[in-house]
Amino acid sequence: MELVCPAGNLPSLKAAIDNGADAVYMGFKDDTNARHFAGLNFTDRTFEKAVRYAQDKGRKIFVAINTFPQPGGFDRWKAAVDQAAEHGVDALILADIGVLDYACNTWPELRLHLSVQASVTSAEGIRFYHENFGIRRVVLPRVLSVNQVAHVTRESPVPVEVFGFGSLCVMVEGRCLLSSYATGRSPNTYGACSPASHVRWEETGDGTNTRLNGVLIDHYGEGEKAGYPTLCKGRFQVGEHTFYALEEPTSLNTLSILPELRKIGVSAIKVEGRQRSPAYVAQVTAVMRTAIDECLRDPENYQPRGKWMQKLADVSEGSQTTLGAYHRPWQ
Amino acid sequence: MTIKLSIGPIQYFWERERVFEFYQQAADCPADIVYLGEVICSKRRLVKVEDWVAIGRELKQNGKEVVLSSLTLLEAASEMGSLRKLCQNDEFMVEANDISAVQLLSTAGKRFVTGPGVNIYNTRSLQVLVNKGLKRWVLPVELGLQPLKDLQAGRPAGVETEVFALGRLPLAYSARCYTARSHNLPKDDCQFKCIEYPDGRLLKTREDEDFLVLNGIQTQSALTHQVLDQLPELENLAVDILRISPQHEHTLEVVDIFDAGRKGVELAPLCEHLLSLLPLGACNGYLLEQAGMQFGSEVSHDTQQAV
Repeated sequence: MELVCPAGNLPSLKAAIDNGADAVYMGFKDDTNARHFAGLNFTDRTFEKAVRYAQDKGRKIFVAINTFPQPGGFDRWKAAVDQAAEHGVDALILADIGVLDYACNTWPELRLHLSVQASVTSAEGIRFYHENFGIRRVVLPRVLSVNQVAHVTRESPVPVEVFGFGSLCVMVEGRCLLSSYATGRSPNTYGACSPASHVRWEETGDGTNTRLNGVLIDHYGEGEKAGYPTLCKGRFQVGEHTFYALEEPTSLNTLSILPELRKIGVSAIKVEGRQRSPAYVAQVTAVMRTAIDECLRDPENYQPRGKWMQKLADVSEGSQTTLGAYHRPWQ
Repeated sequence: MTIKLSIGPIQYFWERERVFEFYQQAADCPADIVYLGEVICSKRRLVKVEDWVAIGRELKQNGKEVVLSSLTLLEAASEMGSLRKLCQNDEFMVEANDISAVQLLSTAGKRFVTGPGVNIYNTRSLQVLVNKGLKRWVLPVELGLQPLKDLQAGRPAGVETEVFALGRLPLAYSARCYTARSHNLPKDDCQFKCIEYPDGRLLKTREDEDFLVLNGIQTQSALTHQVLDQLPELENLAVDILRISPQHEHTLEVVDIFDAGRKGVELAPLCEHLLSLLPLGACNGYLLEQAGMQFGSEVSHDTQQAV
């Protein structure tokens, strides 16, 4: 099982590699990737350095070009594909059918992975991308139970990568428009969910309001720690109740099911968080590296250790973690 | 060519009798195309595949074009089995709401429609799918007039463009059932609570603002997206079909209003009538390249390019 870690900048890339990532994924400094945040991602110069650092250490570089271009911007996505290919990266992570078609025709030797943003949950769907564009790996959305992942992995024509840790999308990726409904910008069109440009923190007499383009996402009382207003993780009213109607602020954590993921034939574990700090990347990569190594060495007796869980909880949203959809009762 | 009108698949879980009654009435309405089938949740089985086929035959006899719509989010192996069966039918064209349906239909050499759940954001994607047998596609609901114009300019010959013209916007799909969650029930024991909400269950902000609607595993907008006031522009752009997504009340009245609009009746009073029929008010921001929840009449100059 390969460990795939996020890099939003050069220090994070080094942190991932130095702490044992087998592969690092990254994006360019524009809307061609799904972490299009100010101050994040790679320019020509830092990109070159990143590739060299990884190659020197014998690790892989994957480049995410996983948003959906509109006709007016398509050339920017082509340029991103070309730039990554010319630098000899190990794989591109793509979602859009048009971009996949461009990449496989222009760079037939280049390895293509299907991004989680392509929203594929079945072997039939994977076959579409395999037969038409020759994808060699698929990243599954965070909506399948372990049994369903096992089924897809068994039937899939290509190896499967799943999310192992990080912020949890509760909606199937690539088909979630909540953010653009509220702000005009979505992961698909702009590469950002609940963008910071539309966030407002508002002190009130009795605490803090968090707003997204004016919409109240949550209210925190005095002394309650206010979280970032990611739209699906706010408190709303349904019927008589006010609660986390969609999902609590919590992170995905699969340490407890690593042996199962290994057994069903998952090929790679992905860590979410290109927008997070180098310290986060270092911490999570180190824990996941140790856990995966221990799981592979002795899967029968593997148990997640308390100190690993603690370290991951420390860097999680709301300091709590969940198995998400992998665990049926969550659904 | 006059623009056509379609009735999209029912997004909600309705009583069986209500479904039959709805389509009996729809048989005489001015819509040209009717999409049938369960697109949200495979546990909703009050109307079975055979029933949809029977309803489809009735509608066809009344001169409607009938299309069977597939499930949007596929998870269980049993859902894939149902999808295969749907795609094997030789009587009606299928609307693929997931790429797995596209794969099944294209490898079987069948022509198909893609619904709003299949992402076609650019001309190259459209061309690839046309080569696979795409006959008609629905513009992603978050795209506005400028990308629509560009896509229309570059679209391959013969493919029809449909626009989601009226309805609560399909915004997201999850493994989790939010209607069950709102009753503190697990998905596996949902007690079919969706049946109590034939227009979905309203979610408000803590300031009492109507925001979203929970419909099982789907999340919709609380406001109803409508494009009637942009009808002349959509006709100019050679859009072939406008889709009306059913609500529990007034859907066929809405179809009549759009029909009057396409026949040249003055739009302003029609729009006013339309707005009076929508459950919690209207939005049209997506078409005008703004936040989807907004409602206005001017195309935005925020073109959402890279910062």
